[in-house]
Amino acid sequence: MNDATKLDYLDLDTKDNTFLDTTEMVLNMGPQHPSTHGVLRVILKLDGEKVLGTECVIGYLHRGVEKIGENRTYTMFNPYVDRMDYVAAVSNGLGYCETIEKLLNVEAPPRAQYIRVILTELCRIASHQVWLGTHALDIGALTPLFYAFRDREEILKIFEKYCGARLTTHAFRIGGCIYETYDGFEQDVKKYCTFFLPKLDEYEELLTTNRIWVTRTKGVGILKPEDCISLGVTGPVLRASGVKWDLRKAQPYECYKDFDFEIPTGVNSDTYDRYLVRIQEMRQSVRILQQAVDKIPAGPIMAKVPKVIKPPVGEVYHSIEAPKGELGYFIVSDGSTQPYRVRVRPPSFVNLQALDTMVRGMLVADVVAVIGTLDIVLGEVDR
Amino acid sequence: MPDETKGPESVSPPAQGAKAPEAVPVPEKSEARQAASQVNSGEVKSSTAPTSPLGEPKTPEEAKAATPAKPATSAAAKPAAPAATGAATAKPAAPAAAAKPAVPPKPEGPKPEPWESELVATLKQRYGSGIVEAVSYLGQKYMTVDSSILPEILRRMHDDEGFDYCVDITAVHYPKREQQFDVVYVLYSFPKNERIRVKSRIHDGEMLQSAFSIWPTADWLEREVFDMFGITFVGHPGLKRILLPEDWKGHPLRKDYGIYQQDQEWVKINLGIESGQ
Repeated sequence: MNDATKLDYLDLDTKDNTFLDTTEMVLNMGPQHPSTHGVLRVILKLDGEKVLGTECVIGYLHRGVEKIGENRTYTMFNPYVDRMDYVAAVSNGLGYCETIEKLLNVEAPPRAQYIRVILTELCRIASHQVWLGTHALDIGALTPLFYAFRDREEILKIFEKYCGARLTTHAFRIGGCIYETYDGFEQDVKKYCTFFLPKLDEYEELLTTNRIWVTRTKGVGILKPEDCISLGVTGPVLRASGVKWDLRKAQPYECYKDFDFEIPTGVNSDTYDRYLVRIQEMRQSVRILQQAVDKIPAGPIMAKVPKVIKPPVGEVYHSIEAPKGELGYFIVSDGSTQPYRVRVRPPSFVNLQALDTMVRGMLVADVVAVIGTLDIVLGEVDR
Repeated sequence: MPDETKGPESVSPPAQGAKAPEAVPVPEKSEARQAASQVNSGEVKSSTAPTSPLGEPKTPEEAKAATPAKPATSAAAKPAAPAATGAATAKPAAPAAAAKPAVPPKPEGPKPEPWESELVATLKQRYGSGIVEAVSYLGQKYMTVDSSILPEILRRMHDDEGFDYCVDITAVHYPKREQQFDVVYVLYSFPKNERIRVKSRIHDGEMLQSAFSIWPTADWLEREVFDMFGITFVGHPGLKRILLPEDWKGHPLRKDYGIYQQDQEWVKINLGIESGQ
């Protein structure tokens, strides 16, 4: 740098472009920021509005779920898993119960499997509704939040009627379900399906062709399929990049084999496609629900499981397709009543890792959109 | 249950141990039964899977059940050794039978089976004893490999065998074992729709090569293992704590870290309270 330019730089009056400081800036977003869906802190390195890099600081909600698991019996730990992804508590419970069942080498009876699938798919819809409402709210559309929460209420009512709880349901037990369905359960689910499909069209009417929505989401937060795979991203984010992979089809669990449904995929791997994929997933869930309610068999709802659960020595990894991606449990048994090690493979935790790749070179406002589209729940990220 | 009723009958003609395995010396059987009542699990483990690769969880069992568990494991561990050496003499037959009736009636308990496939065969040929074991348990396949060849195996899994998705990296702590930690890699192959686990046993303080260059997803997963267990990964781009505060002391998922334990000093300084409990 020669003397002339140095002087120019110091002379604020003569050069307009030197008036504004163009050095890089570090900005803290969260942990109290409303768009971070809880207590996520993102440190942004910015050049003006452009994001040069990010770093996520997590752990604000760390409760040591895995440590708790080692100090509780298998049965006692069951309600705890609901507190991880509290938006989709039923899925968490399903994954846990199935893993222990695998360890015990038992299978839930068919009727229990159907009840489980119905509740889990309802839960998937409820989870996607929360995602849709909050994601749209972050981007600036207020109405979808009210629509989504209004309709989610009906699902929570079914949960409440079934097991008494709305959010952290603890609906399943190791070996099946503890509650028989209430009178009119099937009708309620059927009614919900017919009620919900027009509502879904309503959401789409609000957003799918909405110019602001499309501009804010198209081409934003692109995550190519190869990046998805190398970063371990699963769930709708992976499918929106065109990879047709869903654990319900790839490695079917429960009675998902009995149902006819499709795996919606996207093309452009952007936020808009992820929105479309999740909307389609809700439609597919409705399809599964309708079939399940028609086919639900009679019979017992609990497999023969000892009162005191003591799985033989061994280890098992089992995963299910939770609304947010692959939810896995790795459980090591030492033959006692308490698990020797409980490891939860949370989809949100792994998916959040992709944030940096997705927002590099984008604007700050897009970070908000991308956090929304990743659909993370901090209770599950931090555990 | 049927075994127990049979026991007293066959005891009446004494000392015909060579003829029938059921003819069990009284003291031994009662000892075994007593042990079983104290810790059923101890019996299951040592009698069903003495040859199993999963023998290691003995240590936590002892820790959990405190003192009464110890005679159980030692009493049950004894028969396994002589039975293996020579079954011809009457002597070893008796203790082996003593262990049998103590087993609670669990008919076909799942047993680890050897995992035989082309992949395992080629790896065994290439690395020999580096592949400690390859097992299939409940239809889930996993192999334990020596930590020295672990990076090579992982690289091979990714490049040649198509395991393009690293599902999870985690660890298990066995404080009483010489090699205290099991580091577990859960891998999945999209083309094959297959899931396997690669495990490696390491000492406390032993460093592992980071898998970040193979699967970028290892970044946070390894940070979590470091945070919770204190296992260091060499070549990781930024190995620091992820869920706990950076200046926290201790690694909570180690077995010697109590559930009520915490870094009191950190709590005092940063939260301004005497205790977090």
